[in-house]
Amino acid sequence: MSAVIDTAAKPEVITFTEAFSRALHDAMEMDPAVITLGEDIGDEEGGGIFKVTKGLSTKFGTDRVKTTPISEQAIVGAAIGASLAGMRPIAEIMLMNFITVPMDQIVNHAAKLRFMSGGQTHVPITIRTRTGAGAGTGGQHSDMLEAWFAHVAGMKVVVPSTPADAYGLLLGCIFDNDPCLFIEDQLTRTQTGPVPVKGEIIKLGKAHIAREGTDVSVIGYGRPVRDAMVLAEKLAAEGISVEVVDLRTVSPLDTETVLKSVAKTGRAVVIHEAPRSFGCGAEIAARIQESLYSELKAPVLRVASRDVTVPFSRVLEAAYLYQASGIEAAIRQTLEKRAAR
Amino acid sequence: MSSASLNPEASVAADSGHQPLRFYVPEPKCRPGSAPDFSGIQLPTEVLPRPPVDASQDQLHAYAYGLIRVLGDDHKIIDEWNPQLDANVLRKGLRSMLLTRIYDQRMLRAQRTGKTSFYMQCTGEEAIAVAQAMALEPDDMCFPSYRQQGLLIAREWPLVDMMCQVYNNSEDRMKGRQLPVFYSAKKAGFFSISGNLGTQFVQAVGWAMASAYKGDTRLAAAWVGDGTTAEADFHYALTFAAVYRVPVLLNVVNNQWAISSFQGIAGGEVTTFAARAVGYGLPGLRVDGNDFLAVYAATKWAIARARAGMGATVIELYTYRAAAHSSSDDPSGYRPEGEGALWPLGDPIERLKQHLIAIGEWSQEQHDALTSELTEEVKSAGKEAESFGTLGSKGTSPSTMFDDVYKELPQHLRRQRQQLGY
Ligand SMILES: Cc1ncc(C[n+]2csc(CCOP(=O)(O)OP(=O)(O)O)c2C)c(N)n1
Ligand SMILES: [Mg+2]
Repeated sequence: MSAVIDTAAKPEVITFTEAFSRALHDAMEMDPAVITLGEDIGDEEGGGIFKVTKGLSTKFGTDRVKTTPISEQAIVGAAIGASLAGMRPIAEIMLMNFITVPMDQIVNHAAKLRFMSGGQTHVPITIRTRTGAGAGTGGQHSDMLEAWFAHVAGMKVVVPSTPADAYGLLLGCIFDNDPCLFIEDQLTRTQTGPVPVKGEIIKLGKAHIAREGTDVSVIGYGRPVRDAMVLAEKLAAEGISVEVVDLRTVSPLDTETVLKSVAKTGRAVVIHEAPRSFGCGAEIAARIQESLYSELKAPVLRVASRDVTVPFSRVLEAAYLYQASGIEAAIRQTLEKRAAR
Repeated sequence: MSSASLNPEASVAADSGHQPLRFYVPEPKCRPGSAPDFSGIQLPTEVLPRPPVDASQDQLHAYAYGLIRVLGDDHKIIDEWNPQLDANVLRKGLRSMLLTRIYDQRMLRAQRTGKTSFYMQCTGEEAIAVAQAMALEPDDMCFPSYRQQGLLIAREWPLVDMMCQVYNNSEDRMKGRQLPVFYSAKKAGFFSISGNLGTQFVQAVGWAMASAYKGDTRLAAAWVGDGTTAEADFHYALTFAAVYRVPVLLNVVNNQWAISSFQGIAGGEVTTFAARAVGYGLPGLRVDGNDFLAVYAATKWAIARARAGMGATVIELYTYRAAAHSSSDDPSGYRPEGEGALWPLGDPIERLKQHLIAIGEWSQEQHDALTSELTEEVKSAGKEAESFGTLGSKGTSPSTMFDDVYKELPQHLRRQRQQLGY
């Protein structure tokens, strides 16, 4: 059966996939109201196409861990319905591009029911999905659409950047009382990081200073934060002190932590994988300049991917995708701006 | 639910005097490691006659639950639906099916050796796309899923062109933008394959309505899998098609699997997929999808009905996905090894071959010769395609990535292209 649920062996590190898997397992153990549904997720079906749910249906039963028909609108709609009856459903949408199908249930219902029922009902569902460019899966299987959901009042949007965060934040989503979208990166799913503490929930809505620094704040979420951490280490050797702000929760955004960091460094580079135009970076940059205009030592810069559909070919996809070198160049540019003044 | 939940809404009603409610979760009959078992599959014994094409929908209900067959178990004809095809036509069908299979085999090997990153075969389902392409006019419009490469092959679309798409090389018609096997060939009347399942079903309906509005004579045909019938677009398509009596063929390829979910998960345990049509007031025909002649005959019937102004037909093509879902999938995790060989409706190529032999129009020697000929054809096409590059070797320039986003290049994309150095 599943290796990920084996707590007897205590490895030093775990992968993202193991972290997602453990969070699901532990949440189901912690609360019988936690159920999960999605395409191909049961052990009868081999435990999911990415094996995140492997072992769950065998341990918790197929009435709690259900493989569904290919009906995304029903996966989310049924999750909403079950949540109204007291469950904490985890709805899996195999890939993020397929989330365009249940948009009505998410945008008009999950996100709005608390508000529009005058607070009588709430929808404590978690939608787990997976995406990310760089894995060569083409433009209908790798879009980062987080900005769409961050734009909808009532939705929480979470993107982890380490396996331990993935575990704690997924638990955070599952036990949060609002609808949450949890985005898993398909490119880094086998990468490893320190093991989280069992049962330790990371509360949503709080950014995390992943690395302290004094010269420039790099603000982002998910995979690009991993690039920023590597860069920060490299630039430290040159005497450039980079502070990395990992938002963890994209929405609601922890503006306070962001502003505190930028107030200290005076410079900000905002990074995300999604295309640049109308992305979350624009919102973050706007909030920074609205509050800190006079304290900024350089314009707030954004690093993101190109405004085209993610192409399939490796060469094109690499040209589409934001690059770590682009983040580095932006950091240096903000520092030059100061020197020029 | 045993222990207490954190959520107060999770409580249950106080003693109501009723039994607790239940629901059911379908489970496949066989598991990996167990022996394949198709004993649950009851092939209807009743032979349904070919109805008049203008039969009223309510006289056609039985066809949604029966199984139209022409090639009987002894490779002899069951006459009711016999399309009376010339042996030359049958041999052409056999050739296209065999070519499709050999093409698939080569491209899967190409994937295994790193010449492409992804491939999808249609093994065991060749009769469907091939016979339907042959029943349709060459300019009827096809809205396929990713498993109807046989349409292109039967329409004699160049293999090299298909391979260049799979290899994602400098001659790739899609300019390196789309996943391998997601072909698009406008001149072949083959619409772009969709990533999201089932979207083509409604698009085909709209195309066919526009065709009728223009006074055109071209029909549309669309294909989805058994699993995809669970998507709303499937049901929307049937609604529109019924309401407007749209000249469209709505095909459901029931190959028993949707990735790792058996067809019971899509509702195949409770009724047939063809029977979905009944509730919408459309005729539904359930057809032996491994029987070239039956597929051809049923498709011709639906075409004649559409041309007679009687609207759409839903055709369930009953078959078996003999290969993995895709090159990324390993079926040993969810179904018994060797199931395909025991599929009660056999292999489509073998069945047509044996029929041709039985009527004295083919021989094993001819078949072997054809197999060698087609293997050579695929091989030489492969060589030609590879001369334009394979995955990542000779691709399209990133400068082209900004084309076709819009008809005209907007300022911000021009800047982004310049930043890339073009
Ligand atoms: C909207 C959407 N949901 C899920 C998927 C993932 N997916 C791709 S193929 C597939 C199975 C489809 O099965 P079926 O319709 O039976 O077609 P088959 O592969 O058997 O030909 C699934 C779930 C998708 N591509 N689009
Ligand atoms: Mg199928």
